[in-house]
Amino acid sequence: MEISNLDLKIWRGDSRGGELVSYRVPVREGMVVLDAVLWVQANMAADLAVRWNCKAAKCGSCSAEIDGFPRLMCKTPIAEYGGKLSVGPMKAFAVIKDLVTDVSWNYEVNKEIPPFTPSEKDLTSSEPWRMQQKDVERVMEFRKCIECFLCQDVCHVLRAHDLKGAFQGPRFMVRIASLEMHPKDVLDRRPLLKGKAGIGYCNVTKCCTEVCPEHIHITDNAIIPLKERMDDSYFDPVRSLLRRLGMGPAKPSV
Amino acid sequence: MDRLSSGTYETVETEVLVLGAGGAGLRAAVAAAEAGASVLVVCKSLLGKAHTVMAEGGVAAAMHNVAYQDSWEVHFADTMKGGKLINDWQMAEIHAKESPDRVLELERWGAVFDRTWQGRIHQRPFGAHTYPRLAHVGDRTGLELIRTLQDRAVHQSGVEVHMEVTVFKLLKAEGRVAGALAYRRSDGSLILYRCGALVLASGGAGKMYRVTSNSWESTGDGTALAYDAGAQLRDMEMVQFHPTGMVWPAGVRGILVTEGVRGEGGVLRNKEGERFMERYDRDRMELSSRDVVARAINTEVLAGRGTPHGGAFLDITHRKPDFIKSKLPSMYEQFLKLANVDITKQPMEVAPTIHYAMGGVRVDAETGASTVPGLYAAGEVASGLHGANRLGGNSLSDLLVFGKRAGEAAAAAAKGTHLAETALDADQVEPAIADLMAPLARPAGENPYTLQAELQDVMTVHAPIVRDEPGLRAGLEKILELQVRIARCGTGGSDTLAFNPGWHTAHDLRSMLVNAEALLRAALERKESRGAHARSDFPKTDDQLTAVNYVVEKTANGMQVKAEPRPPMPDYLAEAVQRSYARYTPEEIE
Repeated sequence: MEISNLDLKIWRGDSRGGELVSYRVPVREGMVVLDAVLWVQANMAADLAVRWNCKAAKCGSCSAEIDGFPRLMCKTPIAEYGGKLSVGPMKAFAVIKDLVTDVSWNYEVNKEIPPFTPSEKDLTSSEPWRMQQKDVERVMEFRKCIECFLCQDVCHVLRAHDLKGAFQGPRFMVRIASLEMHPKDVLDRRPLLKGKAGIGYCNVTKCCTEVCPEHIHITDNAIIPLKERMDDSYFDPVRSLLRRLGMGPAKPSV
Repeated sequence: MDRLSSGTYETVETEVLVLGAGGAGLRAAVAAAEAGASVLVVCKSLLGKAHTVMAEGGVAAAMHNVAYQDSWEVHFADTMKGGKLINDWQMAEIHAKESPDRVLELERWGAVFDRTWQGRIHQRPFGAHTYPRLAHVGDRTGLELIRTLQDRAVHQSGVEVHMEVTVFKLLKAEGRVAGALAYRRSDGSLILYRCGALVLASGGAGKMYRVTSNSWESTGDGTALAYDAGAQLRDMEMVQFHPTGMVWPAGVRGILVTEGVRGEGGVLRNKEGERFMERYDRDRMELSSRDVVARAINTEVLAGRGTPHGGAFLDITHRKPDFIKSKLPSMYEQFLKLANVDITKQPMEVAPTIHYAMGGVRVDAETGASTVPGLYAAGEVASGLHGANRLGGNSLSDLLVFGKRAGEAAAAAAKGTHLAETALDADQVEPAIADLMAPLARPAGENPYTLQAELQDVMTVHAPIVRDEPGLRAGLEKILELQVRIARCGTGGSDTLAFNPGWHTAHDLRSMLVNAEALLRAALERKESRGAHARSDFPKTDDQLTAVNYVVEKTANGMQVKAEPRPPMPDYLAEAVQRSYARYTPEEIE
């Protein structure tokens, strides 16, 4: 069905509050939500605040909630919505203005995660490293992350319970997985996972996986393997018994 | 408007100030911090969103992991030939020699590249590179590069980042660049940076065209700021049309389709099904240099052999679906989602899109120093390496090689300065703030988006793939008119300082207009066709002009362009360019 006009509602406001404002946008073939929002900015509301960069789902800037669902505006055809839709800011983060939210917390979290750490031998070797494709493919999935923070937005631990101090969120479980499973990384981040990263807060509802525009299997490929690693180290009853008898590997220290 | 009382700004000091957080800016920041300097990176968007993230195909480095015949000499020769020999040959030499180390270093910082069967970094073929040379990660190499550098930078002591801050004026003290004025996009508050040295790494100016692969950020701020501070610009007539941008649907027009598609075997056809590159470059076909392929598609379309939406077909369906999905995953996704085209089954429709500025700030090859003391430039904002046409993959290596060098040189320069003892030259700050704030005082003035659209129309019509004197002259007239009109530019209606893109655009326009004027003036001066600069009134390359670069600078009489001779290459480099290299025939297909 051809629609000539879109009834686009955009949340306008700031930290003090706001409301959905209606705009009529002429529809062009193949239009995505970001096109419609930028049309409003150029023609009806020059001060409409919105983040965007690449317009090709590669930078993860234009995250928003479209009819309440976290998506990238540049990747969402309006044709999926019939004649009307609403766009609001991500709800897990404080609003700065209109569709722009304060995502600075994520950048702080990233600083807390110890970076890639190869062995001294690898670091000082004069030879280029050898790694097999199948060994790096696993972390490549995680490195596809464009940091749109939609997974953080949808995660109920962060969104509904606002436990930002206790759980670093799916994005950073993916980040930690990308480091832990890197064939050349030797650092042990299990204490971090158990402590500050708070992986125990995740109860694998897979909402994050569902909204990931890069189709990263956040829960299955990153979080669950990390959880299993934690269980082996901290909660395995056999190992626990061996430890009490003074045998077997010690728990990684927090 | 009480909030606008000028003179209210916060002062922030750092030894090295870096403008831009793409590959060049982050690499410069890491290098400067490693050299012991305190570093502050300022970027217009959030960290990690810079244009580098859009780079898809790979990073060019003669590591000879796939073709044993490759060497820095061949990479050097390819770069010079691709740039039609007006490159700064010293930069091209440094670049070819140092790229492999910069790539291997990234790997040691955690970057994960695709591998050969022996476990080395894999390298893919690319346009006008004699041998497979591009280290890559599928078709998201830029993301890998920026994320690696971002993590390296934020975990390095001495590096601080100010996100969503726009610099609008460079400040000088005793003839040196010693600071900058900036505003925070979120609330319009002002910052005065004091620094010992400043590195421009602010990218290109693609946004002055309508159809571009560039984001809103690419407004040529760096070149405009440098020009304003008295620095020379070079090769401003050289802007690259990438041959393959999306053409349909309208909303995605211009979005990049990686050269990697052709690198992995994609072929170009016109609507008659003809593989037309045979007529333009029989040897290299689709993997000819970008200027040639872009003009070929343009010619086919003008001759009525274009696709329904005015482009060419790019077809990779002869490759297996699994191969396409693993080598070009984001292209697969992009076309499926945005154009409803399954590239494993259907051809893509592509047409040229403005992609890259070869020209920019004139820099010293070894240090990235501009012609103004204290001011450095690296990456797209700088000029010289790419000459008249950039080869694919040479941009990411450019960022790494010259970002590092500029960062180190800036750190060394900053060490010798004494911020506290030097006063900024008088009368720079207040007028600049007044200019920035002026649109807020006349919100109902000319609409900045309308002016921007007009500017884009002027450049699209008057500085297209093939140019001529009447067109360029008419374009220049219109740009000069627009420069007068921006004095009346408002914000599009609102006088708020809080995240007001209308106001931000009013300022960005000033930068774009400087770039546009420089492009048109330099293009008028270069009376020949060379690389990306094609003139229908001077269709041939003039050998006399091989030794000439056009330099733009600000004078008391406004913008001036002068021809400047370049010293000849030393014999060993000239010989490297002239030598013929064995053709590459793949022994194995991975």
